[in-house]
Amino acid sequence: MNFEPPAPRTLFEKVWSDHIVRPATASTPAVLYIDLHLVHEVTSPQAFTKLRERGLKVRRPDRTVATMDHSTPTTPRDERGRIPIGDALAAAQLAQLQRNCTDFGIELHELGAEQQGIVHVIGPELGLTRPGMTIVCGDSHTSTHGAFGALAFGIGTSEVGHVLATQCLLQRRPKTMEVRVEGALRPGVTAKDIILAVIAKIGIGGGTGHVIEYTGPAIRALGMEERMTVCNMSIEGGARAGMIAPDDTTFEYVAGRPRAPQGAAWDTALERWRALPTDEGATYDRSVTISASELAPMITYGTNPGMGMRIDAPIPRPDSAADSADRAALEKALHYMDLRPGERLLGRRVDVVFVGSCTNSRISDLRLAAGVLRGRRVAPGVRMLVVPGSQQVKRQAEAEGLHTIFREAGAEWREAGCSMCIAMNGDSLAPGQYAVSTSNRNFEGRQGKGSRTFLASPLTAAASAVRGAIADARELSDV
Amino acid sequence: MSDTITPVRTVESTYVVLEAQNVDTDQIIPARFLKVTDRAGLGDALFADWRYDEDGSPRPDFVLNRPEARGAEILVAGHNFGCGSSREHAPWALRGYGFRAVVSTRFADIFHSNALKNGLLPVTIPSDVHERLVSWPVNGTRPALKIDVASETLTLPDGTGVHFPIESFAKHCLLEGVDEMGYLLNAAAEIAAYEEAHP
Repeated sequence: MNFEPPAPRTLFEKVWSDHIVRPATASTPAVLYIDLHLVHEVTSPQAFTKLRERGLKVRRPDRTVATMDHSTPTTPRDERGRIPIGDALAAAQLAQLQRNCTDFGIELHELGAEQQGIVHVIGPELGLTRPGMTIVCGDSHTSTHGAFGALAFGIGTSEVGHVLATQCLLQRRPKTMEVRVEGALRPGVTAKDIILAVIAKIGIGGGTGHVIEYTGPAIRALGMEERMTVCNMSIEGGARAGMIAPDDTTFEYVAGRPRAPQGAAWDTALERWRALPTDEGATYDRSVTISASELAPMITYGTNPGMGMRIDAPIPRPDSAADSADRAALEKALHYMDLRPGERLLGRRVDVVFVGSCTNSRISDLRLAAGVLRGRRVAPGVRMLVVPGSQQVKRQAEAEGLHTIFREAGAEWREAGCSMCIAMNGDSLAPGQYAVSTSNRNFEGRQGKGSRTFLASPLTAAASAVRGAIADARELSDV
Repeated sequence: MSDTITPVRTVESTYVVLEAQNVDTDQIIPARFLKVTDRAGLGDALFADWRYDEDGSPRPDFVLNRPEARGAEILVAGHNFGCGSSREHAPWALRGYGFRAVVSTRFADIFHSNALKNGLLPVTIPSDVHERLVSWPVNGTRPALKIDVASETLTLPDGTGVHFPIESFAKHCLLEGVDEMGYLLNAAAEIAAYEEAHP
């Protein structure tokens, strides 16, 4: 009798097949079960309207959690401890979310509440995000949660409605792509630099149709918050999801969080989670390798996250582009940014520095920025905003005295939210201004109409605030 | 509201060319227009920062403001259209403006999925065909294209037929006017069984 061992599978394949309610056929996609649905005010109202029109309920309110983050102001609280909302449209949208959550029985972390924050910050910190889950949200940065070995991806509002009503989505199976990061990061080079380098390599559309799994020793060496930074920007390379196999780092992070399993349930879960990593011999549709030890701090110079380079490199020349379309795209980007081919960005004056967003607003990000700012000042004429990702991050930072470091340096210490990453909440750049931002998108107008964004790590952002110009944090000691 | 939506079988119209590559959804509709709770009325905000000056008047050099754009229901755009944010406001704005199809060499995944759910056809074609469409000789208005969903064919102005792929279920939904929500609701028994087995 022949014994056929089971075919080796990737992390993605295991999570995918565990959630199949109805398999795909040639004529129909798979029905995929969703374990956790995160909801925010901007992409959900029309989905709830659809439910009301059709007389439907939310199938699993216990698997649905809402927060307010995108259109919320991050301005200081009033004397009653409330965060005033000056924008009538934003206020109406937030009130609509409140009404929807009340009517449909959904847990809501409303503006200023103890656990409120950016949806991709609160999921992990509450222990809602766990290995092996399927997680969706009407937000492309849902890929963040893949850091835990979950399959997590952004969906549109129609699909938000599908998940509210049925807890399922219709999905064709995506392809897989391994991004292997060999070696070890050098001091002053961070997770943000890894992912900016990956996107610069594969291109803004390079991961389209794929789920990325990040592997290799440099990924294993990252803490959970750094892994979230990497997975967060998978979408900026076109991949809907990015995943990292769970390990002891993951389990230690999840253990003891409010929604994590306890006692015997924890032991059962742990056994299941330990079986999730990709099997020896499993294959991916594509593989890309980069070397962490060769990486330097990265910065973007253009108008999409794939237009990134080493911070000390010259801006690429359009005449060296691969084809005429790439050349035109680079020329258009440099025209918008008012930058010259061959120019170096180090030393270039900036107006604003933004530390925050679902990419880099967690406590470890704030510690990095504070480490640079301790005993230093934000340069005259530069505005620096530090926006914690959640109320919990804010409390933790204040317990550590980080807010004092920021304030003494001359930076603004704000309430939690998406803030200047999306600029639909009162926090924005003026037309033509330059910002170094720890966020995820440098698209035209992303940080306000006419805004110009350089994406970089919290270290680079803080060093640039001190210099008043783009700076390499590794060279700051001589300030 | 029933489980059906308006079928989309063919689109036949003149086209406009937006040559930019990697058009992200922040360009299609900037975030400041997302503070709405409705999906109607977003057509005016389509490509707002490219389409209007600081004072809100139309920029005469932007393609949608040129006379030949009038009535065109097909947008031919550069590679990797719709990247970035998941906002379904992007296809709502394109549909609100009057587009019924976007033709490109590649679409970002979430935009592609959102477009299909709103009767906006994402038509993926090879780069040589795209190049022909961009450089088609014109006097004023560009000639008409025909998109036929059933045969998965884009017919060029000279009559050449070009195949484009549509996922089989999406095609079925477009042709028959089927709403995915209805399909999923009909799987309720299987969903309940799955939940029973995976508490």
